[in-house]
Amino acid sequence: MTTATESTDVVVIGSGFGGAIAAYHFAAGGARVVVLERGPWLKAEEFEHDYKLGSSYTRVFDFVVGDGMSVLSGNCVGGGSVVYFATMPRAPRFVFERHGSIGRRMWPASISRDNLDPWYDRVAEALPVTRQSWDRVPYAGGLFAAACAHAGRTANPPPAAVDLDECVNCNWMMAGCRFDAKRSLLLNYLPAALAHGAGIRPLHEVQQLTRNDDGGYRVHYRIIDDEDYRILHESGAIDAKLVVLAAGAGATPVILQRSEAALGPMPHAVGRYFSGNGERLNTAVFDEDRVREVLGLSRPGGHAYAAYQIGRGPTVASWDRLDGRLPEYERFSLEQLYFPPGLGTILAQAPGAADPSWFGLPKKEMLRRWQSWLTIFTMSEDDNEGVFGPPPETGNAHRLSMQMLGDGPLRYRPTPNTWRGWSLADAEVKDILERDGLARVAPWTNDLVGAYTVHPLASCRIGDDPATSALDDRHELRGHPGIFVTDGSAVPGALTVNPALTIAALAERAMPGMVRAAQERGVAVRYGAPAPGAGTAARVATAQTA
Amino acid sequence: MQPDEHDAGPARTATIEAFADTIIPGEKRSPGDRAIAGADSTGGAVAAGALELLEQPGGGLAEALDSLFYTLNDHAAGYAAKHGLVLDDDVPAFVALPFEHRTALVRELTAPEHPEKQMWVALALFSNMAFDSAAHISTAEALASRHPGLLTIGYFPPDADGLSRFPQYSYGRVLAPSHPQTTVTGDPA
Ligand SMILES: Cc1cc2nc3c(=O)[nH]c(=O)nc-3n(C[C@H](O)[C@H](O)[C@H](O)COP(=O)(O)OP(=O)(O)OC[C@H]3O[C@@H](n4cnc5c(N)ncnc54)[C@H](O)[C@@H]3O)c2cc1C
Repeated sequence: MTTATESTDVVVIGSGFGGAIAAYHFAAGGARVVVLERGPWLKAEEFEHDYKLGSSYTRVFDFVVGDGMSVLSGNCVGGGSVVYFATMPRAPRFVFERHGSIGRRMWPASISRDNLDPWYDRVAEALPVTRQSWDRVPYAGGLFAAACAHAGRTANPPPAAVDLDECVNCNWMMAGCRFDAKRSLLLNYLPAALAHGAGIRPLHEVQQLTRNDDGGYRVHYRIIDDEDYRILHESGAIDAKLVVLAAGAGATPVILQRSEAALGPMPHAVGRYFSGNGERLNTAVFDEDRVREVLGLSRPGGHAYAAYQIGRGPTVASWDRLDGRLPEYERFSLEQLYFPPGLGTILAQAPGAADPSWFGLPKKEMLRRWQSWLTIFTMSEDDNEGVFGPPPETGNAHRLSMQMLGDGPLRYRPTPNTWRGWSLADAEVKDILERDGLARVAPWTNDLVGAYTVHPLASCRIGDDPATSALDDRHELRGHPGIFVTDGSAVPGALTVNPALTIAALAERAMPGMVRAAQERGVAVRYGAPAPGAGTAARVATAQTA
Repeated sequence: MQPDEHDAGPARTATIEAFADTIIPGEKRSPGDRAIAGADSTGGAVAAGALELLEQPGGGLAEALDSLFYTLNDHAAGYAAKHGLVLDDDVPAFVALPFEHRTALVRELTAPEHPEKQMWVALALFSNMAFDSAAHISTAEALASRHPGLLTIGYFPPDADGLSRFPQYSYGRVLAPSHPQTTVTGDPA
């Protein structure tokens, strides 16, 4: 069944960072806005602490296994902000000067850290993002910090979008924050967009775009069953004068590829230059006695550590290798991280075990010591080597499970450059954590689902060179006026740190230009709304930082 | 033994159980247990509910189990022939394989170059998930029934309302020098 075609000023596809920010500014400026989001719309009280297939935890996730790269992302209103760990650092200055695989500066000339800083400030105020303090760093972060210091390194609690007064350190933040301590988009940009009249439609999966005679676009969607996402219900369409694509770096290029038959040729860079943000994971198993003896750590109850489960994702990072003087591909950050069981244990390899090290007896032995695990997350400089193959029939993957698991068209073959960064980081992690017998550590295997990223980027990137960027520096799709892309796919390459703040800052930066483009298409809209909740957010942020 | 339609039920179960037991090995349920190799002395993936999870239609593998069962036994028979092993034909070929050979075969099937890798990795993924997160039942129920996987990993149970909270969570002090290039907002410069 197909419903009648509606029309509006702006359709936003996806409700993560890119989508929510665009929806808010357009709505606040007076445009009619409809947000189409493929996932469900859950509120705090619906976020369960439950691993059961079909619970909120599996409903809000999308795990797409590709050929050589798997991508984990959010699948709900609020997108990745609902499942993310809310670690929100700015990208270091050297990142914007990177050359990557194209041999010259890959960022548009108009963007640098200095001129992105005001946009970072805006997002930091809206969520808010605060500088975290040592006295509230959970045990796992403390352990990583102590190990770094013992090895002569520095370590930092990075800025985070978490209200620590509300946080109970349950470490369920990947399943959505039950306590509204994590500043997801459900608490700022999205309610503000709603207040200004935007419509948000969950379980609406956009399949493709076609062009209308008036120069606008028709956005075609299917309704997704709210329990079994493999089941698609009726289809519909909405006409818009301007379209903002923000389905995430694993989905935006797929929608564009599928639209190519109707819209005409896409820029070469659509679905190319994908980056996994140079991500790599290591799991360490700590010797509790050595933690006590070497690092002098202990916690109530007589344990030295044994607290992997306690906390809130990453809380301490090491930035020693974020040194712009080092050659490209040798710079990376290390971040302590919690991964819950289920997703986070199968890829961990038992340190020192003979092949197979990811299953069997040595793995079970390792699992017995799970509370003494520490996961270290590397974010390095990869080579933008991911390429999307032909799009699946619907969505961005062939769905295997009713929720969460799918099989997608992304192909990723890490180059020697990427491997150099990973190998250097692995060695650094080993040097820090195995010192004086503190722990045994091994990287996650790439053999099962390829490399693994929670930070997909650059599959439809901005740039000055039409041959290697799908978007101009205003985020408009080359050759297709009126289509803008504001999600992680627009970021040109790996950032060496967590990307959400940069994605958000770029979306904020793109807003004045997108509003102007809407005005040129006859939409009555103005730019200039303050950050959502701005009256108090800045003061709250300052008070928490003090 | 070549499985036929009449005994496909129990043979299928035993074969899939033997696979799950290779991923996370456990103790035998009885001395005559063939599916579980008995390589470890506490409950493994089978006791954790791997079969229940795999058979849930929502997981996406349930429909494939029949063909996985046949294919796995074909591979096992081929493996045995190649390695000169004579298999007892009371049970399906994979079940008849000794633990270390089951392990070697699963390693081959899940290796990057194997054409059916994706299928076997998915089976391993679900076997593991049954053990470490009991994805077929609610976590509260799993903890109440002393689920062997959650017990093995030492998972801390939640508060009475089913939600986890950890009021004690921090060593509470500075444990490393901060990077000298940190900005006033706490970011890398
Ligand atoms: C477990 C986890 C932890 C993370 N932790 C951090 C962290 O600590 N710090 C950090 O900076 N980043 C973190 N990230 C990454 C961060 O969440 C993403 O970088 C960010 O959300 C990307 O924003 P986006 O706008 O590009 O896309 P998303 O936030 O992914 O939003 C895209 C939205 O589009 C929807 N969508 C997809 N296809 C369609 C379609 N066809 N039609 C309609 N809607 C569609 C999706 O459901 C989704 O809601 C984490 C990610 C994960 C998965």
